[in-house]
Amino acid sequence: MISPKTGDRKRGHSLILPLGLLVLAVVFIVAGVMQGDALAVLRKAVLICYECIGIG
Amino acid sequence: MARIAIVKRHIVQLLAALLYNLNLPGFATGQIYDGPSKAICAPGLNCYSCPGAVLACPIGSLSASLNDLDRKLPFYLVGTLLAFGALFGRTICGWACPFGMIQDLLDRIPLPKLGKNKITRRLTGLKYLMLIVLVILVPLGFWLLTDVAYPAFCGWICPAGTLEAGIPLTLANQSLHMFLGPLFSWKIALLIAFIIACLFIYRPFCRFICPLGALLSFFNRFSLLGYRVDRSRCTNCGDCVENCKMDVHEVSDRECIQCGKCAMQCPSAAIRFCVAGRPVTEAQPRETDGGSKAPL
Repeated sequence: MISPKTGDRKRGHSLILPLGLLVLAVVFIVAGVMQGDALAVLRKAVLICYECIGIG
Repeated sequence: MARIAIVKRHIVQLLAALLYNLNLPGFATGQIYDGPSKAICAPGLNCYSCPGAVLACPIGSLSASLNDLDRKLPFYLVGTLLAFGALFGRTICGWACPFGMIQDLLDRIPLPKLGKNKITRRLTGLKYLMLIVLVILVPLGFWLLTDVAYPAFCGWICPAGTLEAGIPLTLANQSLHMFLGPLFSWKIALLIAFIIACLFIYRPFCRFICPLGALLSFFNRFSLLGYRVDRSRCTNCGDCVENCKMDVHEVSDRECIQCGKCAMQCPSAAIRFCVAGRPVTEAQPRETDGGSKAPL
């Protein structure tokens, strides 16, 4: 939140959560790529998903 | 000025839809793209079986990732969704979702509109049920019983999949016609119902059904990008909430899709688009009354 009354300190506080989650997200993504998750997503996404189009 | 801002948002929506669906020849050939970019999820809801899609669908991928639950946790998908949430929140819904864009365009057709009310506000809870039950629990149940996590939301509900993938693929592939049955008819009926609803209700899919919107809503208050209220300028006049077509109680709450309409309406220019808490747009009071409303 912008808060001129409390200045940058409050802004800093409001950034802790999204930045912390972003760091966690990067860790998860790297861990996922290392265990082959990205490849699994690719394998699923390059084939027609019959469920998605309503015939599976 | 307001009109320019609305057009700008529609241009960004269109560019995002194009970016997700760069494989345009696929619509003619009826073949889906199979390049390496499909290992990456699109931020918005975009079916990966759409012939144009060059990215994966985050919701379809999340359901599919449950298939490997006996061997590993879906860190990649959880990380990707966390990143989208922390960075953008529901800014994605307002600016970068192709199905959101379609609903916005349908809403522009001048017909009587059903505004938000207590019932629509309650119905917003449905999308959380969709997320928990159809994206996670039902696929998980199928996986436990049959070893295959059936993507129930994609299979039974998702009108984006029907519109972006089902219709183009079946039109281009005669070979698929023999498989069409009651499920396809159900999904077509549901798509028609959604399209009709969009003519009279603003973004019904986003407000009541979309599991991706439900997921991103948890991040909406604190995401790095989004509209924020400068409390020192706010007069609590309520114009922002009153003029918003979504079921919001305040700017940037879980129902806000960060479209910025409130910023155009705010008489004291208290609402601005911020990146990491810093405003990146100029404060522009509403043109009609010059933004001279006195603080309470």
